[in-house]
Amino acid sequence: MDVQPNPTKEFALSRGERDSAACAIAGVINEQGRRFNGERIIRMIANMHDRSNGLGGGFAAYGIYPEHKDLYAFHVMLDSAAARENFEEFLRRYYEIETEEVIPTAPLREIRNRPILRRYFVSLRDRVLGEHYDLTEQDLVVRHVMQVNGQIKGAVVFSSGKNMGIFKGVGYPEDIGRFFRIEEYDGYLWTAHGRFPTNTTGWWGGAHPFGLLDWAVVHNGEISSYGINRRYLANFGYHCNMHTDTEVITYLFDMLLRKHRLGIEEACVALAPPFWDDVERMEPERRELVRGLRITYAGALLNGPFSVVLAHSRGMIGFNDRIKLRPMYAARRGDELFIASEEAAIREVSPELDGVWQAEGGKPVVCELKVPLDAPEKEPARA
Amino acid sequence: MRIDATDLHYRDLNAKVRAALEAGERELVIENARGQRYIGTGVTCPQAKIEITGIPGNDLAAFTSGPRIVVRGNAQDAVGNTMNAGTLVIHGDAGDLLGHSMRGGTIYVKGSAGYRVGIHMKAYGQRFPVVVVGGAVKDYAGEYMAGGLLVVLGQGVPRDQSVAGRYVGTGMHNGEMWVRKPISAHQLGKEVGLVPIGDAEWEAFHGHLAPYGAEFGIDAGQFKRDDFVLLRPTSHRPYGTLYVY
Repeated sequence: MDVQPNPTKEFALSRGERDSAACAIAGVINEQGRRFNGERIIRMIANMHDRSNGLGGGFAAYGIYPEHKDLYAFHVMLDSAAARENFEEFLRRYYEIETEEVIPTAPLREIRNRPILRRYFVSLRDRVLGEHYDLTEQDLVVRHVMQVNGQIKGAVVFSSGKNMGIFKGVGYPEDIGRFFRIEEYDGYLWTAHGRFPTNTTGWWGGAHPFGLLDWAVVHNGEISSYGINRRYLANFGYHCNMHTDTEVITYLFDMLLRKHRLGIEEACVALAPPFWDDVERMEPERRELVRGLRITYAGALLNGPFSVVLAHSRGMIGFNDRIKLRPMYAARRGDELFIASEEAAIREVSPELDGVWQAEGGKPVVCELKVPLDAPEKEPARA
Repeated sequence: MRIDATDLHYRDLNAKVRAALEAGERELVIENARGQRYIGTGVTCPQAKIEITGIPGNDLAAFTSGPRIVVRGNAQDAVGNTMNAGTLVIHGDAGDLLGHSMRGGTIYVKGSAGYRVGIHMKAYGQRFPVVVVGGAVKDYAGEYMAGGLLVVLGQGVPRDQSVAGRYVGTGMHNGEMWVRKPISAHQLGKEVGLVPIGDAEWEAFHGHLAPYGAEFGIDAGQFKRDDFVLLRPTSHRPYGTLYVY
């Protein structure tokens, strides 16, 4: 997407060699909630190394902060001490900070021009919630993330969920994974992305996953309807500041699933609806539902080629454009569901599979946890 | 000769294949493929046989002219991209874009394949590409097809279910497609129509099923004329007047 560069986010733009490729996406979930470390997701995304070009990589991990599971975990990129000061002043105004620290990283030759990377475990001050009787706590977190990313120079909140975290930056994904030491975290759900930016520059905030609350989106393709979606979202308080098309997917899912309480299947119909002539052939009840969704959410329709993995605390969804212009393979093995741009990436970590299939255009692959989130902590299953 | 593909980048794996063929090797077995792209790409030796275990990567046999390549499991996307000659046998499923822009040779898939199978296949002179899919295919089969033969046998798919998706043959302007019944009018692209199957058509088509059956140990006698529809383009220049006004 051709978006005006935002002069307030100057850090860490990088240009690498050009190669012929496409993005890579991957995800794995244990639906019994058993946790495993980041080693396998690194191997999955590394298997598809040639799909990305070193201009972006990242991971989302769920269940990694059980000791702070009731606090929002803000992961923040800061380009200077002044940006940090401004950000922290903003944060203290609205939140109690229980813990703050640098995000642990390993020195890696391949990772350069890194911003300051910090995380804050916080809770919203009661006073703040009281001032906004018509907004939920999550609405306020969304509002604050938008304010930081749009208005505080040199600061980006790139992860804002509970008991989950996004780790991303400029580099090949496997290097970004080692840089953030993700093999030291245990999660029950992991997604990953290797970026091959086509329309916007590779910068740290532009790497995937794109997160908001506990949603995290990784995306291969491009959203041709970005301009329409962006204007539509602005009506609902979502502001796009990341200079790339993918963030609209994250905000649309947040709006449809959390605010408008659509089911996952309905939300996917709204975002990638069947063509009108297919709608006409549906059973009357279904036809009315789909017609209603198409009309109500015309501004949310995602056009262009995409394959997407949406992760959230309760599960993982694989999702393609209507005419299947990007690849997506899904597979099962025991309690685990895998999604990847290539079957080889799945076989890399699970040579034997109970079943493997190609996702269909416009039809989501849905996997939900089969246990309550507050189930007694299980022993981490080591990779 | 055996080549273990474990942890080999595709450039190194394909360099080994080329070096072996140049050294006179004619039978190669590639073991533990894990997504390496372009296996067999540009190989021109018609006597060469390449067998692959594991999962070969995208663009398997791209621009290949002559060898016989056998995949023991599944293959990914764009298999046989712009292939010129030779035989490619896949014992599992294939992904999207199978036979993409294929110009000659034969691809047999035992299982199913994805979207846009046979997109822009073309034939010229002696070159006549053939793609036979044992199971089902998804939308846009034969899209912009300009020649050759695309077959969807529907094995393992219940008799009352269609073995193809939507937009079958959209933009097709030459060649033919044989698809197991049933198929509904709304599944067809604007540029194709059903053609009655005469004795001559059936015999020519059935001639392609015997070698397919032999490859996988399937009795080609089980396929009956009444099981299939024959699709051909209704025009050789569907867009001839698109910019005429």
